Amino acid sequence: MNNALCITDPGIGFYTQWIILSMMGLSTWLILQTGRISLGQQAYFGIGAYAAAVITVMFNGSLVLALLVAWLIGVIFSVIISRLLQKLSGLQFALATLAIAELVRLGLSSWAWQIPRAKNYEVGPDGVHGFRDIRWLFENQMGPETYLALSATLLLSTLLLIWKISQTKLGLSIQSVGLDTELATVQGEPVAFLQTLTQTFAGGLGALAGALYAHQATYIEPAVFDVMLGIHAVGYAMLGGLATPLGPLLGAAFDLGLLEATRIFEGWRMVIFGGLVALFLRWRPGGLLNHAALSQIKHFFIQRRKSHDNSTFA
Amino acid sequence: MLELLQLTLEGLLEAGPYALIGLGLTISFGVLRRINLAFGATALLAAYVGSWLHVRWGVPALGVWVVVIVVTVLVGFYVERMCFDIDDDSVLAMRRQSSVALGLDAREASVLAASFALWMQIEQVAVNFQPNHLHPFPDLSSKLNFDLGGIDLRPDRIVVFFLTAGLIAGLAIWLKHSQLGLAIRALSSSQAAAQVCGFNVLRLRYIGTAVSCSLCGLASCAVLSMDGQVTPMFGMWVLLKGLTCALLGGLGSVRGVFGGAVLLGITEAHAQSLWGPIGREAATWGLLLLALLVQSHPLKDKFLHAKKV
Repeated sequence: MNNALCITDPGIGFYTQWIILSMMGLSTWLILQTGRISLGQQAYFGIGAYAAAVITVMFNGSLVLALLVAWLIGVIFSVIISRLLQKLSGLQFALATLAIAELVRLGLSSWAWQIPRAKNYEVGPDGVHGFRDIRWLFENQMGPETYLALSATLLLSTLLLIWKISQTKLGLSIQSVGLDTELATVQGEPVAFLQTLTQTFAGGLGALAGALYAHQATYIEPAVFDVMLGIHAVGYAMLGGLATPLGPLLGAAFDLGLLEATRIFEGWRMVIFGGLVALFLRWRPGGLLNHAALSQIKHFFIQRRKSHDNSTFA
Repeated sequence: MLELLQLTLEGLLEAGPYALIGLGLTISFGVLRRINLAFGATALLAAYVGSWLHVRWGVPALGVWVVVIVVTVLVGFYVERMCFDIDDDSVLAMRRQSSVALGLDAREASVLAASFALWMQIEQVAVNFQPNHLHPFPDLSSKLNFDLGGIDLRPDRIVVFFLTAGLIAGLAIWLKHSQLGLAIRALSSSQAAAQVCGFNVLRLRYIGTAVSCSLCGLASCAVLSMDGQVTPMFGMWVLLKGLTCALLGGLGSVRGVFGGAVLLGITEAHAQSLWGPIGREAATWGLLLLALLVQSHPLKDKFLHAKKV
């Protein structure tokens, strides 16, 4: 039974996959915050995966350099795409992102650039056959625990950054664009700039997730970055909830938990997951952690703290 | 030169099935004002049922066609019920609440995402039902080609091309002159206005879905009977080609679909000969992207304004 990334890895690898998928969900969640829906975040994931693999395999670069380059390429690509799709809204934007993601996948499918590494042995992207032997972790004795710690640090740093930004004026401006684009424009907010900025951040995050995935999986192929990955990313963001960046993490955990829990329903997981997402969107469009749920949780903790303070005082 | 003409004519004839699929999506969009992304998966599941009946029980071509159309409509109703049918007040209230919280057109976003999720679900049901890759479908393809001064033409494709052209003309007349067509056009323009005029909006939506899915089922049968087989890629193929034709023709325009299909068919035929199958697929996505960008370009509005003046 496979997850959205078509791999199944028990133990520590399972948690690394959860982090990678959470980053993808978070990337889609960020765009949803600006009042748009992207069905094509898998494009950045694929670009990041290939860029990082090229750095470590073909140029013998370090993992940190590979992650940096992947992030940078993701950022540059998302700036270009964001400017190109600036005028599109709603459905048109969603379909355009899907078209771009598929064009990227087809581009990667026809990209062949191999260099000799040893006798009769070549490495590099090989069209539809993908990119093999991304063995930086093995060659540099980086264990799965260390890799998990590195991935978790990146995810936590991202969450912290999003939380910090949400407390600033910039964060409030982005929220106002998401709430009502026209009103934000009237209020003098630089809507186009804010949308580009958020999409750039989201693209960089997607590319970073791709780079982490490539080194965990050791093999990537364009078919992995297809529309199914995009479906899952949107599903995580909308199922988990739109009110907090923890929503996509919850959505990814829900999917992977379901994967583990429904091993007896081999092959029917997509049926259950797809149906659940559709039902949730029908009955709870804001997701599990929507604004109402979030305020209830806050209220619960405030009440608990108050009762704790009272008992201490007494 | 002859090769160029051959490719162009092949692309032109390819427009028949493309337009049929695009027509279904156009009707669906015109009535619901939403894109149903589970459209292709619906066609795939129905085609698999048809193939199963044909192989397992030896049902003849006509019976298979009828079953495929009926199953497409039934699965379409399921999608309609799960994603689009939101007359329940509590759901509307929640969606309104989420609209305030989310900012974007929450109905549009959640409906799009829900149909996206159902696409995955229905496709998986189809694959689980028929796990093999290739499934036979009643083969009605012509074995002999026309030779027209060195140009080979397939008679089955010519039949489908003219059948589609006739169907589009008939549908356009029906929409323009019948009472039901008027109601559907009213709903397409404004749901509130249609309701005020006394039309039963819910009934109209289901009629629209039935028409759209019937056309999709018919298109699936026409395409698969020319190929004689169905694969899991068929769902994606239906959605992609239909969406591109509908967008190229101006989403919601019944006559425009045919023009979009012709453009797509000819472009694909030339892309295939130049860059192979990947080039053909890239041409489709490229055209879709181009159609979206052109539709949002300010020059388009200026052009339309100038045309009106």
